Amino acid sequence: MSALLLAGLVVCVPPWLEWAWLHAVFAPNADSCQAARDVGACWGVIVEKYRVILLGRYPFDAQWRPVLASLLVAGLLIASCLPRFWHRALLWAWCGVWGLFFVLMGGGTWWGLNSGLVAVSSDLWGGLPLTLMLATLSIALSFPLAVLIALGRQSHLGAIQSLCAVYVELIRGVPLISVLFMASFMFPLFMPSGTSPDVLIRVLAGMSLFAAAYTAEIIRGGLQAIDRGQIEAASSLGLSYWQTQRHIVLPQALAHVVPSLMNNFIGIFKDTSLVTIVSLYELSGALGLALNGDPNWRPFKIEAYLFITLIYFSICFAMSRYSLWVEAQLAQKTKDAS
Amino acid sequence: MTQAVIEFENVNKWFGQFHVLRDIHLTVQSGERVVICGPSGSGKSTLLRCINRLEAHQQGRLTVLGTTLEDKLQAIDTVRRHVGMVFQQFNLFPHLSVLENLTLAPIRVAKLSPQDANDLAMRQLERVHIADQAHKYPLQLSGGQQQRVAIARALCMKPEILLFDEPTSALDPEMVQEVLEVMTELAQQGVTMLCVTHEMGFARAVADRVIFMDEGQIVEDSVPEQFFTQAQHPRAQAFISRIGAGT
Repeated sequence: MSALLLAGLVVCVPPWLEWAWLHAVFAPNADSCQAARDVGACWGVIVEKYRVILLGRYPFDAQWRPVLASLLVAGLLIASCLPRFWHRALLWAWCGVWGLFFVLMGGGTWWGLNSGLVAVSSDLWGGLPLTLMLATLSIALSFPLAVLIALGRQSHLGAIQSLCAVYVELIRGVPLISVLFMASFMFPLFMPSGTSPDVLIRVLAGMSLFAAAYTAEIIRGGLQAIDRGQIEAASSLGLSYWQTQRHIVLPQALAHVVPSLMNNFIGIFKDTSLVTIVSLYELSGALGLALNGDPNWRPFKIEAYLFITLIYFSICFAMSRYSLWVEAQLAQKTKDAS
Repeated sequence: MTQAVIEFENVNKWFGQFHVLRDIHLTVQSGERVVICGPSGSGKSTLLRCINRLEAHQQGRLTVLGTTLEDKLQAIDTVRRHVGMVFQQFNLFPHLSVLENLTLAPIRVAKLSPQDANDLAMRQLERVHIADQAHKYPLQLSGGQQQRVAIARALCMKPEILLFDEPTSALDPEMVQEVLEVMTELAQQGVTMLCVTHEMGFARAVADRVIFMDEGQIVEDSVPEQFFTQAQHPRAQAFISRIGAGT
């Protein structure tokens, strides 16, 4: 088996290295890339186009703003993963960072205050900042909703139970694409003209509502694993329903489903690429934007796709490693004395 | 001057078709130590669980600490605050440390400061001789230790009534004694206790009354000495001779 694997590597790796490294063109020169076609990779396309791929159509002179905004969000994301920062203050930090994010990205006037930045309308936002924002916010917004739906499906109150069941079945019954179409094209038709929220907000709401249905089912699985005795013990101490859920049931239920939750979050992250359909140019959409209109560079899409693949992969890989770490932390508590 | 803290008047309960409690009349005075025994399925656990309304009775009147338990009762949490319960399977919270298991309800329900709750919890852990395990997690302890933590957890709410639902039945034989010792110490400190158990030695040593249940009815209710020597009901006599507790 190992020998087979080794043989496979020997056959595959050298030609790939030749293509990706030895015969590759690193300079942003379309002619030398054209000359090396089929023999070597053209990494020059990335050097030439990386700003459009990463930031989309955002006005060139103001591109420090999405970069700074993304760095803020990414920095706080990383900080949020570390237990030492798990304070109530983190919640306030998130509110502050999202406020800054939108002011930086949008510029112009907010709540009557002029930010001193040129206004950039949200249809020009794009690339990695948009991907980060859509993924993080739709996960963060869908999660509390998912918890409520999962608890609702366990409720003794028939009306709440069926309402939550219907919600999950309805949402799961349609593809995300159609939810996005409804959010961006259909929803404004039902609203008095001019009162419809920004397309970005509508798409974000659509993604969150969609993700919540899936997350709710995962959490429900965790809830079912909780022993009745846990709830009885909490009740016998005088804890209310919500106190019992908050302190006893949910911590254990969520700990049971960390792997599937993270699996789902990774799915949501990658699903953000579907918003291209409704003309929001997140990372993969911005790639199309960068290359499709430029005949000189269009042939080198593979290299550019490898580049964003690397970005997606790094983020997903970090997420899955983090989930493993969380699992290990949780496992320590329930380890036997033996 | 004693006062009734639990009053069952003509209480009935069914699980579907199964008549699990039949015409229960029972009054427990403050400070009394009552042992409830009987064959399995006789309704003794259900009787106990009706007192803090983990189960709801369907007929009759049940009054606990002056509050009548009924369907519309919103204040069930306040009754439960004053009625502690120890379960057969311990039901400790595995994701919380021993200390956190003890301080959760004092902080969240009794609104104690974390510092006061910690002090209280450490005192109760000392009372059950396990203060050195405060920072471990439940599953890192032996069964006997877990049950003693569970007793300490109930004590932290300073309950006026303590319910024990077969507290030693899930334990390995060598651990039964340490739990019974703690319970005996509690009994000597004047806590009102209702204990479902088959530990007849414990019943003899600490109980003021022994109640024997059969098929959902209370068929014997007497002081231990009388129960073990002069039980009237044939089922009770059979039960006593079968577990070898008679003289």
